[in-house]
Amino acid sequence: MKKDNSEKLVKNKIRIGRAKDQPKDLSNESYGQTVWRRFRRHRLATVSLAVLIVLGLAAILAPIIAPYDPDAIVGTFSGAPNGQFWFGTDQIGRDVFSRILYAMRISLLVGLMATVISTVIGVVLGLVAGYFGGLLDMIIMRFTDMVMSFPYILLVLVAASIFEPGLWSIIIILGLVDWPGIARLVRGNVLSLRETNFVKSNLVAGMSLRHILFSEILPNTVAPILVYATSVVALSMLDEAALSFLGMGVLPPTASLGNMLNGAQSLTVLTRQPWMWLPPGLLIVVLVIAINFIGDALRDALDPTSTTSH
Amino acid sequence: MEQILIEIEDLKKYYPLKGGIVTHTTGYVKAVDGARLIIREGETLGLVGESGCGKSTMGRLIVGLEKPTAGTVRFRGHDLNELKGSKGKKIRTGLQMVFQDAYSSLNPRKHIYEILSQPMLYHGLATKENLRSKLDDLMEMVGLSSRALGKYPHEFSGGQRQRICIAKALSLKPEFVVCDEPVSALDVSIQAQILNLLRQLQKELKLTCLFIGHGLGAVNYVSDRIAVMYLGKIVEIADAGELFHNPIHPYTKALCNAAPIPDPDRPVGSGILLEGEVASGINPPEGCRFHPRCPHAVDDCQHKEPGIDTLVEGSRHLVACPVMLRQTT
Repeated sequence: MKKDNSEKLVKNKIRIGRAKDQPKDLSNESYGQTVWRRFRRHRLATVSLAVLIVLGLAAILAPIIAPYDPDAIVGTFSGAPNGQFWFGTDQIGRDVFSRILYAMRISLLVGLMATVISTVIGVVLGLVAGYFGGLLDMIIMRFTDMVMSFPYILLVLVAASIFEPGLWSIIIILGLVDWPGIARLVRGNVLSLRETNFVKSNLVAGMSLRHILFSEILPNTVAPILVYATSVVALSMLDEAALSFLGMGVLPPTASLGNMLNGAQSLTVLTRQPWMWLPPGLLIVVLVIAINFIGDALRDALDPTSTTSH
Repeated sequence: MEQILIEIEDLKKYYPLKGGIVTHTTGYVKAVDGARLIIREGETLGLVGESGCGKSTMGRLIVGLEKPTAGTVRFRGHDLNELKGSKGKKIRTGLQMVFQDAYSSLNPRKHIYEILSQPMLYHGLATKENLRSKLDDLMEMVGLSSRALGKYPHEFSGGQRQRICIAKALSLKPEFVVCDEPVSALDVSIQAQILNLLRQLQKELKLTCLFIGHGLGAVNYVSDRIAVMYLGKIVEIADAGELFHNPIHPYTKALCNAAPIPDPDRPVGSGILLEGEVASGINPPEGCRFHPRCPHAVDDCQHKEPGIDTLVEGSRHLVACPVMLRQTT
């Protein structure tokens, strides 16, 4: 016991010693390095990031990695996994593994692009509404409330039936309905930032409106935007899966995680041939969880006032 | 005679109060209500008064953070409300401000280097080549090491942050600086350091300042003249020493009496202690604003709004209390 204690003490001493030296190293640390150091403190998020990178690379390199053409019939109908087809084949004999790789491409693309579109719309509207206030704020926020109060999936379904279903219409539709949350978030932040002394002092210093909006205010809302955006990525991927599952999304034969699940709807498949729905289903879960963990860790890592050591 | 740098005339700022089911204006908070003030080149004018009397609003009106409801602020003869465009901006940079809360005065996402350099570069007061040396000069001026440039605001103490804020205000080479309670949020030992720094800078750079504060001691230490405000109006202006030794307005008397001045010759507990609450700016009392609390109030005070007048002909001591003026002369 005693030995244990003394060992602990020694360890503590070492730690204290290191902590003392730390500020010296930290003074030269760039903002990016600081964020990365804080991010790594979250084990789950670090693992999630690694998983996401591996999956992302697999998706990008799909044409090289995939053993078969995803749309070609290469094996028996509904074949169980074996050495030749790792995840088995689907009802019409296409390789599930190859299809998964290509489907992931679609899912990630939809998730990222829809998020980019909705973030841009949300940030611009939020900034304008929050900073200028008054009538403009009223109009923008009531419009936001309107979009928010619409039954979401119905809106998407209607839009999907008006536009031709397809990859890009899905991206645009999802991008056009996901922004109200971001707009509200940004507006709320801008409302409080607008009153801070550093914005006021830059107004007194005669800085341009562009500088104040994009160099003073926006960087201070980046953290919550990023965190929110990660959840939008996950949500858009889920929505794409849901839409494709309902047959309004990405059209076959193009593979997406959603329409792969759609293809596995029958009771026989669900009970007897799990290789057809388990991989895409699990992949959606893994991707969404990983992205959410990363968002969580980002929130802490991007906070400049969080303590330097933990 | 020194030149007049700032001329404030009949300045008013009313904040509308909204209420009712259908939003409409139900009344006004009269934060500043007809203030008249002159600030001469090179002097420091202290502005004191209790919380909510409109002294901060006055500072913000001068630097243009608020639009006045009525009245004008003239800076070197330019009406600041009429200034527009890039030329107006250039003149406006001659007026800078130091805020009370130094912590929120610095963008937490930026290095001190960025915070200080961006306005200078934007206004062409520094080029990429001489920026570094100018920044080093600035840091030296406010007593900080130039190593601090690479740090973030949260790495500094309150006093250091206030030094950075002062450096930022000075970086644009202003002629006039509004210091809005720059030391109120600091502890006493640091207050003294910052006050000394301000005084030294005033002398070195020949700065003109409006020093807003509620600690009479601090204001007295840095100011040449002091103006006393009560409920949006200026009630007395005099040279700092004169105001302390010969306060005329009953409110000023009470203020001076309330301030713990470390002077052994001063009799303890003499003079008046104010009773009652400060009236609200929504419904200020008619006539003299101070009359409900004034021990010397007469009937006239309830109806006639007192104008501000000199104590003796040609004196620099102005008082807005006809009753006391009559008594002294």
